[in-house]
Amino acid sequence: MSLLAEAPDQVADDTPYDGLRLRSVTKAFASFTAVDGLDLDVPRGSFFALLGPSGCGKTTTLRMVAGLETPTSGSITLAGQDITYAKPYRRPVNTVFQSYALFPHLDIFENVAFGLRRRRSADVKTQVHEMLELVELTSQARKKPAQLSGGQQQRVALARALINKPEVLLLDEPLGALDLKLRRSMQIEIKRIQTEVGLTFVHVTHDQEEAMTMADTVAVMNKGLIEQMGAPAELYENPRSTFVANFLGQSNLIEGAVLSRSADVTTVDMQGISVSVPTGRTHTDDAAGWVGIRPEKVLIGEEGEALDAPGNTIPGGVVSDVSFVGVSTQYLVRMPWGQELQVFEQNTGRRRRFAPGERVELSWRPEYAFLLDRSQDAGAGAVAGVLA
Amino acid sequence: MSDTERRRGKVGYLLLLPAVLWLGLFFVVPFYSLLATSLFDQSGSDFRGYEMDYAFGNYVDVLRDYWQPLVRSLLYGAIATAICLVLGYVLAYAIAFKAGRWKNLMLVLVIAPFFTSFLIRTLSWKLILSDDGFIVNVLQAVHLLGDDGRLLATPVAVVAGLTYNFLPFMVLPLFASIDKIDHRLIEASGDLYAHPVVGFFKVTWPLSLPGVVSGTLLTFIPAVGDYINAQLLGSTNQRVIGSVIESQFTDANNYPVAAALSMVLMALIVVMVLVYVRRAGTEELL
Ligand SMILES: Nc1ncnc2c1ncn2[C@@H]1O[C@H](COP(=O)(O)OP(=O)(O)O)[C@@H](O)[C@H]1O
Ligand SMILES: [Mg+2]
Repeated sequence: MSLLAEAPDQVADDTPYDGLRLRSVTKAFASFTAVDGLDLDVPRGSFFALLGPSGCGKTTTLRMVAGLETPTSGSITLAGQDITYAKPYRRPVNTVFQSYALFPHLDIFENVAFGLRRRRSADVKTQVHEMLELVELTSQARKKPAQLSGGQQQRVALARALINKPEVLLLDEPLGALDLKLRRSMQIEIKRIQTEVGLTFVHVTHDQEEAMTMADTVAVMNKGLIEQMGAPAELYENPRSTFVANFLGQSNLIEGAVLSRSADVTTVDMQGISVSVPTGRTHTDDAAGWVGIRPEKVLIGEEGEALDAPGNTIPGGVVSDVSFVGVSTQYLVRMPWGQELQVFEQNTGRRRRFAPGERVELSWRPEYAFLLDRSQDAGAGAVAGVLA
Repeated sequence: MSDTERRRGKVGYLLLLPAVLWLGLFFVVPFYSLLATSLFDQSGSDFRGYEMDYAFGNYVDVLRDYWQPLVRSLLYGAIATAICLVLGYVLAYAIAFKAGRWKNLMLVLVIAPFFTSFLIRTLSWKLILSDDGFIVNVLQAVHLLGDDGRLLATPVAVVAGLTYNFLPFMVLPLFASIDKIDHRLIEASGDLYAHPVVGFFKVTWPLSLPGVVSGTLLTFIPAVGDYINAQLLGSTNQRVIGSVIESQFTDANNYPVAAALSMVLMALIVVMVLVYVRRAGTEELL
């Protein structure tokens, strides 16, 4: 009986997954559980970003995949092969370390050639030169790492790992030490290289913009667990937890009570106003929840003005702060129930800019709203200061 | 600007002054006097005084008469240094990478023997290696040593004493070098398909070379010149060069021969060190 019930699962588990798969991976240090029952599927050939705040266990997860740390429990498989306990030097996995970890006593050529030489690969010279060309460092081949700039060292670290054509390339905050401008150009560069070589990249970062611009799939990690995983736009538009709503961009979260649920819409009493949220964007079964809306989805207008947003209209706001940031104007609007909501309006030039103290009405299209679990902390994942 | 530069230059010279004076007084002058003495006429004596007659023949004499102790000293020094390097490397590696919070305590233990005098420590090796001591008894029991075989008064005892006495001079510079190695480099070598043993020879060892060079020099140079170990633990008919020099100065009162021997020893060590540093320096050092 139970055998029969389990059969479909069994079949699904037996089909070898050709990507990287983590199943209930846990890593407990003496006093601290850094990774707690993590499940992760990284499709072969994808650019996968592991996004989370500092200390959430990203590095520990990567180190377990690289074999530099042994999981306390759980399993890691790569292209169907169990590598949970394989020695690091036996795994088809290479890492671009957070600190680069270039060998200071070897020149750039020998740094890049290191992995090939260990595996007695033929034609080291040609391969290294091709790789140095790819990262545009041909002229630096005979220099020592200390003679290179940070951006160049970063590219050496990338080349040194990439040349081995690993099943999975792990990048641990590879751009963290670079200044903003260089970081942006390296993001494009790394993305270009990944498309060119077609390998699986797992890119760890705490920078949500970096994750969204580079990756096909983003997994948002928090306190040793994956909160949500999906394409960047999907995560951004339809977050399932307050943490994702705040960590990926910004969100207004307003307390509400569920009035009714139908097949395609949930109606919520939000501070005395009835608003609707599509069922596909309703992420709680409770009687209460957080109504969420992104600041750029909120329209601002004069009292009584008919805004282009049939459905959810919230009157009685007072502008409390205006910041002009060029492409947009960012308002803070105090609502009748005392909460301040964020509104970003594009500076199209077609609308008047409001001043602090003015009475306004807010509105948004129901299809942009989402409903989250009331028991979650509305401030989770928020960057300090942004919502203050 | 040039004014501050000039002042900085002056301050620099002032700071150098004590060292220059010290070296001039206690190195250059004695060195010159030693060199001169080595060329004095051997027929003179402390009593009657010496005559300077550029007796380069002194050098021929000492090389002919004392090449054996000279070679013996270099050999003892080289063997003791090699053993110190192996023992010291393992110890320094363990302290740097594996000792964790015991690191400082273990370093103190390494230099703890210095709290006792060099002589006392060497004398106690006499007890350890004595003919009815534990070690000799055990070696005899397992037939590594004949029934009347002994360790005392053999080269083995001298090398053991040298190794023991100079080990800290090897361990400390090695530790300083190994401790500085970023552990992530070793992880990176593993990530790049290097077996731990290969990783050691490709990463850890080359990065620790500065410590290897200074450790071997700090051990080899004093070990070659040392004669306390040979006198206390060795045999009287297997003298080392230090003993010969000492007895020429004190017992035989033959200053020119003693001085010429000292010069030969010094020249040999300088040449060997230069060759060694050159090789180590150009091939592997950063
Ligand atoms: N070797 C270790 N021993 C104890 N705690 C550790 C160790 N390594 C990491 N941690 C802890 O595990 C947590 C996750 O660390 P890490 O994976 O480096 O986070 P991230 O890379 O996301 O910033 C941190 O709180 C860190 O202090
Ligand atoms: Mg990290």
